[in-house]
Amino acid sequence: MFVKKTKFLRGILTGILALSMVGCGAQNPSTPEGQERAKQVTLTGAGSTFVYPLLNQQIEAYRKVNPSLVINYQGNGSGTGIKQVSEQTIDFGATDGPMTDDQLKAVKGGTVVQVPLTLGVVAVTYNIPNAPKQLKLGPQVLADIFLGTITDWNDQRIAVDNPGVIFPDLKIAVARRSDGSGTTYIFSDYLSSISAAWLSKVGKGTSLNWPVGMGGKGNAGVASVVQQTPGSIGYVELAYAVHNKLSFATLLNREGKWVVPSLKGASSAAVASKIPADMRVSIVNAPGADAYPIVGFTWALLYQDQKDKAKGSALVKFLNWSIHDGQSLSEGLLYAKLPPDLVTLEEKMLKTITSEGQPLLK
Amino acid sequence: MRKVEESENMSKNKKLTGSLGDKTFCLLTLFMAMSVLVLMVWIGWQMVDSARPSIAKFGFSFVTGRVWDPVKEQFGALPFIYGTLVTSFLALIIAAPVGLGVAIFLNEMATSKVRSVIAFLVEMLAAIPSVVYGLWGIFILVPWLRETVEPGLAKWLGFIPLFQGTPLGFGMLAGGLILAVMILPTIAAISREVLAAVPNEQREAALALGATKWEMIRIAVLPYAKSGVLGGVMLGLGRALGETMAVTMVIGNRPDILSSLFAPAYSIAAVIANEFTEATYDLYLSALVEIGLILFGITLILNVFARVLVWSVARGPRGGLS
Repeated sequence: MFVKKTKFLRGILTGILALSMVGCGAQNPSTPEGQERAKQVTLTGAGSTFVYPLLNQQIEAYRKVNPSLVINYQGNGSGTGIKQVSEQTIDFGATDGPMTDDQLKAVKGGTVVQVPLTLGVVAVTYNIPNAPKQLKLGPQVLADIFLGTITDWNDQRIAVDNPGVIFPDLKIAVARRSDGSGTTYIFSDYLSSISAAWLSKVGKGTSLNWPVGMGGKGNAGVASVVQQTPGSIGYVELAYAVHNKLSFATLLNREGKWVVPSLKGASSAAVASKIPADMRVSIVNAPGADAYPIVGFTWALLYQDQKDKAKGSALVKFLNWSIHDGQSLSEGLLYAKLPPDLVTLEEKMLKTITSEGQPLLK
Repeated sequence: MRKVEESENMSKNKKLTGSLGDKTFCLLTLFMAMSVLVLMVWIGWQMVDSARPSIAKFGFSFVTGRVWDPVKEQFGALPFIYGTLVTSFLALIIAAPVGLGVAIFLNEMATSKVRSVIAFLVEMLAAIPSVVYGLWGIFILVPWLRETVEPGLAKWLGFIPLFQGTPLGFGMLAGGLILAVMILPTIAAISREVLAAVPNEQREAALALGATKWEMIRIAVLPYAKSGVLGGVMLGLGRALGETMAVTMVIGNRPDILSSLFAPAYSIAAVIANEFTEATYDLYLSALVEIGLILFGITLILNVFARVLVWSVARGPRGGLS
């Protein structure tokens, strides 16, 4: 009986070993199958979670255009994207905050080019029992709410912009992001541009020293905090506000018009802004009659001089497709399309990317 | 003859002069034990190395600083240390008596059918993933706290600063409660084992002297088991200190030191999980590693303290009125 037991055990172990070997054969480059796969180009990218849904869909759709290209994109944060591009451990990065001069200097592989991929819209959501549908919040009021200076919904300053609305006697519970986030960057960029107090006290960034507020993890976290807590106010990407059927506030744009967050408002902001040559620009509080004040770009980061010709060429072609045909996927996911003039400029910029002295895009 | 020789060898405990198989086995197990130690030292060393820029810049003021400002490059760990310690101890205060109570009930009072069912369910609590606890916390615990428990506490115990302030649901109390639920199975399981190991003679002796059931437990069982129960409680504390996901989802994530349990707070594990991916510059990254190092240190100190406590308690008389 003891002998039977060991034979049985041996059989099981051999079986497990055999099963684990099955996976190894598929990557052997000397078989005919393996040789075909060797021509396949793999690109790795990392960065912003803000752009992840769109980029993922674009990567899927691009497989029909170029089936031998495999792109792996990991949404593990703009900071990680910038860091890994600087250290050349990935082929391209994506970030919601443009790289600063210091970060560009610290880069190890030459010049980094920043190419806008899409436009994101940040909506201010709130949860007030018996709430007015379109709550109007002026820029100074918004800044003061997030600074903690205005603490009650029935404050006079909120009532001034919303005549005829009766606010309950409820304390304002501020909700914001606990994790580092591009959405926070765009929102704090806006508050910094319209409030000197915010700029000096808090500033802008992906992680901030918030004066007040509870942190929720991710856009989903903030949305759930706002949904659950009466009297709360928070900021989320437009897609989350729409899909969770949250009420969002109407804001005052630079021209003095009250606008709701929308893709049209985002495009107006982008069109009306002056885009510099290196494309590092903040478009919050943009001029333009229909511009929505809290919008921002997400940039792809790649080196001007690509070391690997095959990879560089595949990457540049993918990005070119993304800013042209790939934009048709934006509106379904509630991202705004890049304005056509900007796309022309970006194409020119992509044409300056070279490998071994030769431009990769003709 | 050979049998006598072999038994002599074994009793002399000369491991290295045994057969080749024995030698190999001993060395192999020694290697495994050493590698665990080496791993721990290596982790500590790596962390100190990565935290060097932050240690150089802030020195001791990192531990006492109250401001965590990534934009102005100003980092201080005190709010996180406070949050971690308060939630863990709150969890302990709630879970230790309940866990011990569960163990006493299962061992001393339950019939075997009831025992097997409840024991199984309590151990299942330990199998639930942390994230699932977090989701339960957000959708069930927090609204319950915000609507029922916190206003109730504010009404009856509002004169204590611990229970003042706006009930938001998210906050220190939610963090402590969720941790209590998570460490309960650990404490209950270990206490059960320890209580079951108390020899029956102790119980019979107390009963023979005329003790009631509760007196018997109090006099004969608990004192005998106290070092083991304490060990279990410390194990639970260790888990509570490091718990990340469930805590960050309900604690409110606000690096502030406030006296109220209703106020949002922040724990060390939560801040590392939240901010690590977006740490865009080296000082930020090394500040996060340094705060992780502080947690490492706190856990080590508390474990040493626990060991000393368990040892000193075990030294005392077992059984009887101590």
